[in-house]
Amino acid sequence: MELLEFARGPALTFAITVFIAGVVFRIVSLFLLWRTKDSSAGSSRERSAFSAAIREIIRRLWPQSAYKQRTLFMLINGYVFHFGLAIIVFFLLPHIVFFKDLVGLSWPSLPNNVIYAISIITIVSLIAALVMRLSNPAQRIISTFDDWFSWLVTFLPVITGVIATSHLGARYETLLGLHILSVALLLIYLPFGKLMHWFLVFVTRSQTGAHLSHRGAQL
Amino acid sequence: MNDKKTLGEMLTERGVSRRTFLKYASYTASIMALPPTAATAIAQGIANARRQSVIWLSFQECTGCTESITRAHTPSIEDLIFDFISLDYHHTLQNASGHAAEEARMQAMQENAGEYIVVVDGSVPLKDDGIYSTIAGITNLQMLEETVKDAFAVISVGSCATFGGIPGANPNPTGAVPITDIVTDKPVINISGCPPIPEAMTGTISYLLSFGSIPELDHLNRPKAFFGEAIHDRCYRRPFYERGMFAKSFDDEGARQGWCLFEVGCKGPVTYNACATLKWNGGTSFPIQSGHGCLGCSEPGFWDLGGFYKPLSTAKGDPLKWAGGAAVAGAAVGAASAIMARNKRNKILKEGK
Ligand code: SF4
Repeated sequence: MELLEFARGPALTFAITVFIAGVVFRIVSLFLLWRTKDSSAGSSRERSAFSAAIREIIRRLWPQSAYKQRTLFMLINGYVFHFGLAIIVFFLLPHIVFFKDLVGLSWPSLPNNVIYAISIITIVSLIAALVMRLSNPAQRIISTFDDWFSWLVTFLPVITGVIATSHLGARYETLLGLHILSVALLLIYLPFGKLMHWFLVFVTRSQTGAHLSHRGAQL
Repeated sequence: MNDKKTLGEMLTERGVSRRTFLKYASYTASIMALPPTAATAIAQGIANARRQSVIWLSFQECTGCTESITRAHTPSIEDLIFDFISLDYHHTLQNASGHAAEEARMQAMQENAGEYIVVVDGSVPLKDDGIYSTIAGITNLQMLEETVKDAFAVISVGSCATFGGIPGANPNPTGAVPITDIVTDKPVINISGCPPIPEAMTGTISYLLSFGSIPELDHLNRPKAFFGEAIHDRCYRRPFYERGMFAKSFDDEGARQGWCLFEVGCKGPVTYNACATLKWNGGTSFPIQSGHGCLGCSEPGFWDLGGFYKPLSTAKGDPLKWAGGAAVAGAAVGAASAIMARNKRNKILKEGK
């Protein structure tokens, strides 16, 4: 019970504070950086930055035919765990209740057993992503601490959540405490590694789109 | 109290039939989740036991625990007092008062040294030399230490005696502590709850009488027979929890339909007690059945768990209390780092020229 109290109280407050400070820091510092003006003449096919950005975002949703064979599984697997995570986070009632308490908004939930099934699929998918990274020599070599740790802090909340719901190994309050602590770890690390793509994914894709279009790429 | 007859002999004299007695023994065995064969052992154990001297000490408490035990269903408190135990000291239930009462306590302690059981309800204040609660001119701490010295075992009943309860809740003005903080050299059985289920109290006492030993306890010294399972695991509303059907307030359609009370603050998932199985008032009902979430009253510090009506999965306190400051600090550091990077770039560009 003390662990749960610590997790629900000081740990979560600290984690949320670091999370907010970190995310604002990253966004502000990024947007205030200078941007080198590209003075080269744009291609005749150049689109407006906005249109190029949107097109790039849409284009990246599916692999280009040249790479399809090699990347299709990775891409589908990526979709599986991204959607899985989003559904778990936003549609399990105890989570909704948490957000309602935090920001005052609430929405309908999904039954526990549906979430449970999605969690199992998500866990399998996350493990598949890890196995792929480990088994592909090129990928393994370019992987840094950030890659491994980001995977870990994403995986822990899901696995501890499932273990807590199924009452495995320890008492529920201990497992729930560990689950909340793992979420605190995720929140603390998120702004400082590649998990920042939570916020930046479409920003970076827009920038790439505008840049490519300037060079004349067909988007 | 210093009766040399066995309980069996006494019960026969009083005209308690063997059938009634066996019925009671098997009831105790069943509520304590003992195998059916234990009923015979309990019957024999009690029949051969001498009447047990019990000294009941009341400290910083509200008498709710006594109110609860007097509503015990089987065995009733009358059965217990008149047949099984000799309640030699109990503020509310004894006839004697003043000096006579204290003498009764002393006498019981002398005559049954090493054998009597001390039951305690209420917490003990330690702040300012314990002056916040005194009885017969001595502090609760003094009375506890004096009485427990020659006891066989101690049973703490109620959340005040087991975990500090209301007196121990934040900000704990009297420095209240549970009995286990003081009694460390004797077995202490904790029967928590605000109040505890009467059968948990009488059942544990009966177990001590029949087996002369302490029942199996959990990590908080509570008998596993009563505190082994979470309310949530035995709650009849559990199917609604699993299906995601929740009452959103106490008078909406969900509440009328008897759906799960998680969203209105039920602490059943982290509360260990027998309310959902033994129930209250002779098995009539229990809080969740009457439409209110579990408060978690048998768990340590339940007053300070962050609010009775706040769902368990919400943060405790206000996790956003530093959010504004965090955002401003983040923005300031972000802007500073961008400006520094710009300056550095400008400098390099200049020097390059
Ligand atoms: S009412 Fe409480 S104990 Fe019962 S299922 Fe819902 S959360 Fe669990």
